[in-house]
Amino acid sequence: MTSTIQAPRSPHTRSTKKSGVNWEKWGWIYMRVSGVVLVVLIFGHLFVNLMIGEGVSALNFAFVAGKLTNPFWMTWDIIMLWLALIHGGNGMRTLVNDYATSRMSRGILKIAILVSVVALIVLGTLVVFTFDPCPAGAPADLVASFCKSL
Amino acid sequence: MSTATIDNKPIVPEEIQSFTATIIVRRFNPEVDDEPHWQDFDVQLYPSDRVLDALHKIKWEQDGSLTFRRSCAHGVCGSDAMRINGRNRLACKTLMKDLDVTKPIYVEAIKGLPLEKDLIVDMEPFFASFREVQPFLMNSVAPPKGKERIQTVAQRARFDDTTKCILCAACTSSCPVFWTDGQYFGPAAIVNAHRFIFDSRDENAAVRLDILNDKEGVWRCRTTFNCTDACPRGIQVTQAIAEVKQAIMRGKA
Repeated sequence: MTSTIQAPRSPHTRSTKKSGVNWEKWGWIYMRVSGVVLVVLIFGHLFVNLMIGEGVSALNFAFVAGKLTNPFWMTWDIIMLWLALIHGGNGMRTLVNDYATSRMSRGILKIAILVSVVALIVLGTLVVFTFDPCPAGAPADLVASFCKSL
Repeated sequence: MSTATIDNKPIVPEEIQSFTATIIVRRFNPEVDDEPHWQDFDVQLYPSDRVLDALHKIKWEQDGSLTFRRSCAHGVCGSDAMRINGRNRLACKTLMKDLDVTKPIYVEAIKGLPLEKDLIVDMEPFFASFREVQPFLMNSVAPPKGKERIQTVAQRARFDDTTKCILCAACTSSCPVFWTDGQYFGPAAIVNAHRFIFDSRDENAAVRLDILNDKEGVWRCRTTFNCTDACPRGIQVTQAIAEVKQAIMRGKA
């Protein structure tokens, strides 16, 4: 019962400048739209990986390599990667806006979020487009079945 | 044929038992205290009493220094919004029988506004947000001489819910986004903007939508429904905010 939410930390002010693009509005719309798409993408991803066929025991290097050579799953994964990371990053940004009290800590946290989101998107995109499913010299029982025919 | 007989037993109404309730009030006297502190009072009450009656009994019979706002005491003026057992309620609309009197009842001032004394907060930041949304009818055309501006039943019903607001600040001071830095307009200001945005007689809906399409405007709402739960008038506050968001996206009311 001893919650101690006190008076607002900063006096009531309102920014007067009105720039052209309203990022808060588009951020809000993005969260709603990407959220709906992500429900389909993520549950589809989980269903295909964990439930269809042999289920979770089918997951290994060959399974993932096989998916990443299929243009359908490459498109699926790349859309999911971008939507989810920006969705998560924007959500973290709103949390920082709500809970970080000083301009300084707010700035640092938001830059850290931006850097990690950009790094993860770049790495993920590289993996999806430059992935080699049949690395040279790999044992045949670990890679996908189609590597033999190469 | 039966004859009516006089029942000699007088009709004695069932006696309503009073009980002792413990009320724990968060006290703060700016002239003496550095920090607010909790103080408990034992009060003899009936189930039909309200939290406001308990506060009156404390003030009149035990400690005259207890400070709180109340005006009409019947849920219309919106003066006595306070946090009762952790929920924002009007003290004059909360009956003792609806609370668990076997445990102490905690009463404190609403949160997120500067505490002045005991249960009184500075409402000015709240009213500043309210003024900012221009909560008054704006129409450049005068009504026909001697006539009113005509509105259909459906046009009136469109904003009926948000006309009920009594500006008690229960919603705004229950909003976790408002608690963070106090810059957010808050549910009450948006509700009162909604009342005029969707009024067919008003011409300046676009101006208010522009005001609320701000960094601190409707987009900070996280739809936690605290405001809807807190509203003593039963206004669907979160729905009103969502309707303003929709109107901003469509660009018109």
